[in-house]
Amino acid sequence: MSDSMPNRPAGDVMNTECRVDGPFWGALKRELLLSYRRKSDLVNPLIFFLMVATLFPLGVSPDPAFLADVAPGVVWVAALLATLLSMDSLFRSDFEDGTLEQILLSPQPLYLVVLAKVLAHWMLTGLPLTLLAPLLGVMLFLPSDGMWGLMLSLLLGTPTLSLVGAIGAALTVGLRKGGVLISLLVLPLYIPVLIFGSAAVQGAVTGLPLGGYLALLGAMLSFGLVMAPLAIGAALRISVSG
Amino acid sequence: MAENKWLPRWFYQLASPRWCYDITGKLLPIFVILTLLTLVTGTVWALAFAPADYQQGNSFRIIYIHVPASILAQSCYMLMALAGAIGLIWKMKVADMVAKSCAPIGASLAILSLVTGAIWGKPTWGSWWVWDARLTSMLILLFLYLGVIALNSAIESERTAAQSTAVLALVGLVNIPIIKYSVDWWNTLHQPATFTLTERPAMPAEMWVPLLVMVIGFYCFFAVVMMLRLRNEIIQRERRSRWVRTLITG
Repeated sequence: MSDSMPNRPAGDVMNTECRVDGPFWGALKRELLLSYRRKSDLVNPLIFFLMVATLFPLGVSPDPAFLADVAPGVVWVAALLATLLSMDSLFRSDFEDGTLEQILLSPQPLYLVVLAKVLAHWMLTGLPLTLLAPLLGVMLFLPSDGMWGLMLSLLLGTPTLSLVGAIGAALTVGLRKGGVLISLLVLPLYIPVLIFGSAAVQGAVTGLPLGGYLALLGAMLSFGLVMAPLAIGAALRISVSG
Repeated sequence: MAENKWLPRWFYQLASPRWCYDITGKLLPIFVILTLLTLVTGTVWALAFAPADYQQGNSFRIIYIHVPASILAQSCYMLMALAGAIGLIWKMKVADMVAKSCAPIGASLAILSLVTGAIWGKPTWGSWWVWDARLTSMLILLFLYLGVIALNSAIESERTAAQSTAVLALVGLVNIPIIKYSVDWWNTLHQPATFTLTERPAMPAEMWVPLLVMVIGFYCFFAVVMMLRLRNEIIQRERRSRWVRTLITG
């Protein structure tokens, strides 16, 4: 590494990573800018989220008491599917126009670039889903005590969904038909997040303490933040070189 | 390959498909005999001689298949992840083949474990299936196996397929401690593990000794199936090399 940059002292490399024009912020800015230019793609997962939640009262039962019971699970499943649906395009366009190859070849740490891409993905899907969730909660007659639990659990859970989903997206990016496959790979890994997420909402509704569930969701997120970018990076290298 | 003082010589020899084919050919008859001995002894002992349970009667005897299948389904996943890691780190072709051969066996064992559990659950718990932590985590294990198989068959290049599935298997490894400890962490319907390394089993020796024989028998059976699949895989992938041609044409 030091041979290619003879004029720079070694400590300088560390500094650039923290600056606003370093690889992390640069990648984040690029992702957000690209998404901002195609606004319709941003809204699609949210519309899907709303539509899936609409299916349950129509398909199962419109009875408010029943809907209030199933609301935590339904909102969580809908959020999970909406995240999954948006996952496939995470690396796709970068792979097709060769940007991904350049990112892998660049001397910047892949870990930071990948983390920035996942963070951008979460800011554009997970965060809006979290903000939209109370609306679905009202539609499904979720008691108002459960709203905070719903938003907090989604706030902690959706970043984990983005991180894990990105592993699946990275593994299938080289394949033509990645869509169904990515669900097969990622859904089993989503189940623990779903269990603790909906349990947190259920707890909030019945007035039980939420701390334990939220702590577990936070633990999964911290573990994912540390480990998932490594797996995503390895998967991207394999997919691109294959 | 340069001599490495950290790893034994046989570890590198295993990397050669031809050497691996030869050694599994020699080991195979031994394991077939061991499997037959332990499985026949275990089955007859378990079904005919072990005492019936004082509450469940004879229906408890299904554990002699259920427990070994469940233990092995988890061990098989760990072997798959380990072989995948070795394949990723040392780029060993044989390790890739081991990992690939593990997935269908593990999936079958997970299905066997779930089906025997359901058959036992109907008379004992009154339902085929309950959404309990152990059962659900076993189902997730089956899904993980199916994901690995799907990914492996979707990628055409053998090398890329092996590496990608290795990454997926390693990521899915997170689930193994959850399955293992689900019966300890949550208050569930499923009873705690039968065998632990630190304590004596809760059941009498006439019951657990045949179970132990069955577990050993299942491991030997797994070794046999594994070696058969591995040899198949080696022959298929090395079909263009000279030693395979002379092996087939004689």
